[in-house]
Amino acid sequence: MVIKQLSVFLENKEGRLERVTEVLSAHNINIASFSLADTSEYGLLRMIVSDPEEGKRLLKEEGFSAKLTDVIAVKILQKPGTLHEVLKVISEAGLSVEYMYTLATAGKSTSIIMKASNLSRALEVLTANGYQVCTDKEAYEINNYVEK
Amino acid sequence: MIWNEAKECMSRDEMTNLQSARLRKMVNRVYHSVEHYRRKMQQMGIEPGDIKGVEDLGKLPFTTKSDLRDTYPFGLFAVPQSEIVRIHASSGTTGKATVVGYTRKDIEIWQECVTRVLAMAGIGINDKIQVAYGYGLFTGGLGLHYGAENLGATVVPMSTGNTQRLITMMEDFEVTAIACTPSYLLHIAETIQEAGKLDKIRLKAAICGAEPWTDNMRNEIEDKLHLKAYDIYGLSEILGPGVAADCEYHKGLHVYEDHFIPEIINPETLEPCKEGETGELVFTTITKEGIPLFRYRTRDLTSISYDKCECGRTLARISRFKGRSDDMLIIRGVNVFPSQVEAALLEVAETSPHYMMIVDRVNNLDILEVQVEVEERFFSDEIRELEMLTKKISHVLQSALGISVKVTLVEPKTIARSEGKAKRVIDKRKLV
Repeated sequence: MVIKQLSVFLENKEGRLERVTEVLSAHNINIASFSLADTSEYGLLRMIVSDPEEGKRLLKEEGFSAKLTDVIAVKILQKPGTLHEVLKVISEAGLSVEYMYTLATAGKSTSIIMKASNLSRALEVLTANGYQVCTDKEAYEINNYVEK
Repeated sequence: MIWNEAKECMSRDEMTNLQSARLRKMVNRVYHSVEHYRRKMQQMGIEPGDIKGVEDLGKLPFTTKSDLRDTYPFGLFAVPQSEIVRIHASSGTTGKATVVGYTRKDIEIWQECVTRVLAMAGIGINDKIQVAYGYGLFTGGLGLHYGAENLGATVVPMSTGNTQRLITMMEDFEVTAIACTPSYLLHIAETIQEAGKLDKIRLKAAICGAEPWTDNMRNEIEDKLHLKAYDIYGLSEILGPGVAADCEYHKGLHVYEDHFIPEIINPETLEPCKEGETGELVFTTITKEGIPLFRYRTRDLTSISYDKCECGRTLARISRFKGRSDDMLIIRGVNVFPSQVEAALLEVAETSPHYMMIVDRVNNLDILEVQVEVEERFFSDEIRELEMLTKKISHVLQSALGISVKVTLVEPKTIARSEGKAKRVIDKRKLV
């Protein structure tokens, strides 16, 4: 299944990134994983958070351009060659990867967050090749050790 | 040298008589051939016979850039199309360009005026001049070109865009004069200096215009290139370059009053200013056939003097410009109105009309940056998409303005909203 990634547009200005983490922190939203892409003028912050809908609402309230994007989290083992195997499947299906980063976890296995050119087709070929993807709940709650 | 001593050195009485005679003829002609002016004059209750001479100039209606827009493209032309031999165009305040047309005689007058300017700068038949204004719809390139040919100088029509080639030819051809914007000339000078070629340059005169500049810039240009730099002024609505220019004394720009009558008015009250008082420069063309204009408001702020100049010319002189009474910017010699940016952005579905223009000068070249907000509806979290959007917007702006534009995406709601008069421009260029 696909999961919701929270994406935020950030100008390259002092304190903008900090403002994002401040807002999420104040509302007890955990950032499970993130990637920050930068250009000379702006950056794009992509995050897997414990509550993406609420995160988006809060950031928009703060005046940020924030949106939810569908991505997949493919589970792989922490050993040499596993990432290559996943990409081979994607590439052989004629799909391209828009961006990806890891949903970091300690231990034997991890997940790759991926935005592919055709997400449903990517899911299809990965499942057909025996790969598992995280459910939304799984992804949002990963790395979240807050006592509830 | 003084190219046309009879016209450039007339007594004030002779000039007034000449202007009055030409004005009467022109008012009569325009009244009968341009509906726009006939209607205006009728509304004001004046007839051609009421204009007996220069003293009656104030009775005529003003003309503004919006009159040209409202009658776009040819509504103010006073002759049939068959008599128009050339069209030029400059920036309008919105999407539509300001269009002007020239008859064969208009082109001759234009040549004559530019020739006077070049002769005033000491240029003659033994000179080789590079015209490095843009050629095309902009009047700069062709205006200087025809004037220099008329003078008999050897013209090298460089146009703009390739500084290296310009410098190579300047050196190889032993070019002695150049016409371009002052900021471009400074850029050229620095490029020559960096290449260590200053001693190979033979320039003796530069004709600079199409943008405001200062005495400090003139000194810098003259020091670097060991030449004399002269100021040329013009606007396509009246003629193009060659409406006025300064002589070696640099005590203001001599206006070719036998073709254009200058007035200085208070831009608020529209009343005439006293001699020496700063106000808005207004021109009435008195020999133009294609598109004669009554009291055209240039929006340029200056003052006027009728004293005879040390050079011997008696023509009225306007002082260095002190700014504008509207929000027009001159960027790399091109006129740019913030309203043009707004109109262009409205054409791009993915943007909002909230923008900020930042003008700066880097290495003596003007840079225009336009900041636009990233809005929810067109925000993508893929850099590729955002870059495509940036390119699309800069392409639209470039075709609307005629100059390259750097587009920067900024966060939503960070640009001040229009509450009355929003600040849309930050001009960081320092003219000192």
